Amino acid sequence: MDQPRTRAIHPWPLRLMHWLNVVAIVMMIGSGLQIYDASPLFVFTFPPLVTIGGWLAAGIAWHLAFIWLLMGNGLAYLVWGSVTGHFRRKFFPLSPRMVAREVWAALRFKLPHRKGVYNSVQRLLYLGVIFAGIAVVVSGLGIWKPVQLWFFTDLCGGYFAARYVHFFTMAGIVAFMFIHVLLVILVPKSLPPMITGGKFLDPQS
Amino acid sequence: MALGVVSTLPACDYDDPANPDLADKFLHMMSAFNDRVQRALFNPHTLAPTFSPDQITNPPRFNAFYDISQAPVVDPASYRLELAGQIQQTAPWSLTALRALPRESQITRLICVEGWRVIGQWAGVPLRDFFRRIGADTTCQYVSFKCADGYYSSIDMESALHPQTVLALDFLGSPLTPAFGAPVRLRIPTKLGFKNPKSIMQISVGNVYTGGYWEDQGYNWFSGS
Repeated sequence: MDQPRTRAIHPWPLRLMHWLNVVAIVMMIGSGLQIYDASPLFVFTFPPLVTIGGWLAAGIAWHLAFIWLLMGNGLAYLVWGSVTGHFRRKFFPLSPRMVAREVWAALRFKLPHRKGVYNSVQRLLYLGVIFAGIAVVVSGLGIWKPVQLWFFTDLCGGYFAARYVHFFTMAGIVAFMFIHVLLVILVPKSLPPMITGGKFLDPQS
Repeated sequence: MALGVVSTLPACDYDDPANPDLADKFLHMMSAFNDRVQRALFNPHTLAPTFSPDQITNPPRFNAFYDISQAPVVDPASYRLELAGQIQQTAPWSLTALRALPRESQITRLICVEGWRVIGQWAGVPLRDFFRRIGADTTCQYVSFKCADGYYSSIDMESALHPQTVLALDFLGSPLTPAFGAPVRLRIPTKLGFKNPKSIMQISVGNVYTGGYWEDQGYNWFSGS
């Protein structure tokens, strides 16, 4: 029998991709809100404090410059997560019953924290934000190229609908980010491992 | 949380095209890269979607870099379309001569770089037919347009030869009005709205990049749909 061994909570490729993603997402959202302001979908617009570029041409230029970092990094994450078994190990098994049970446990403050292991609510949220990430890119490509990449536009229900899909998936990602950062503020010890890697006793070794 | 990062970035980019800073140079480099990506994505056989007459946006939406009252009025009788560059027959064309050519009609969607879109009906001379007639050198890279209102723009030859790229003469079943680009405008549904110059006075074909009114201020040159 092998001795139980320690593993990094967050292996280095994950940490690298995480922080590259922070840069990409901040740039994409800031420039995206700048683009939104040129033709708002709703009654509100976004103030210069949260927009990047200062005007439409620069907003578009930033958006279409950092899309390559976002897509390249996102693709690397999906490949890495699938090939290494990271997704299988961290996000599964997952069932509605598990989620219901753990939400109930959490409400009674009885949900145990296991280092390096996500509970089912975390699993659901992480899978959800991965899906939102894919949907925001697909709808974005559908808006950028409704003629050449018409299948992405059609998948979103047409050009007009694709702008709403793009906006709401972005809003979903922002909501995730708020929860994500709020939890880091509430549990500050979860931050250093995303920089140094951290260590935990691998339950599967 | 992200606000701190965002607010430390330059407040405004592409604000002084004559004096680009580091950010502007980076954005120009990426925009040039995106031009190449769009050239690679462009399929000359992929058609822009077409719509039915009841989907046409009514009333049509005016858009320009000036107010509708400033739209240039070109006298149709004395109008001459000038041709320049790598073209065999550069004799100017009167509106009557242009109107004698076979026209094609399309109901297509115009998407503005701002994000909104309208559907309209345009009819005109397919640019590739016109190029064949005047002996334009279609191995050249660029097709450039100069307009009556001082606007100018340029497109890649492949997009110019796309079957839905037309020199439009009619809009919504009637001759173009000044606000919508009389007497001749480019209608190219495979590109964003600002790549559809209005009130065209000169077309030239060549290998020298000529940019455009908005392109020179920072908008992406290819701007394909």
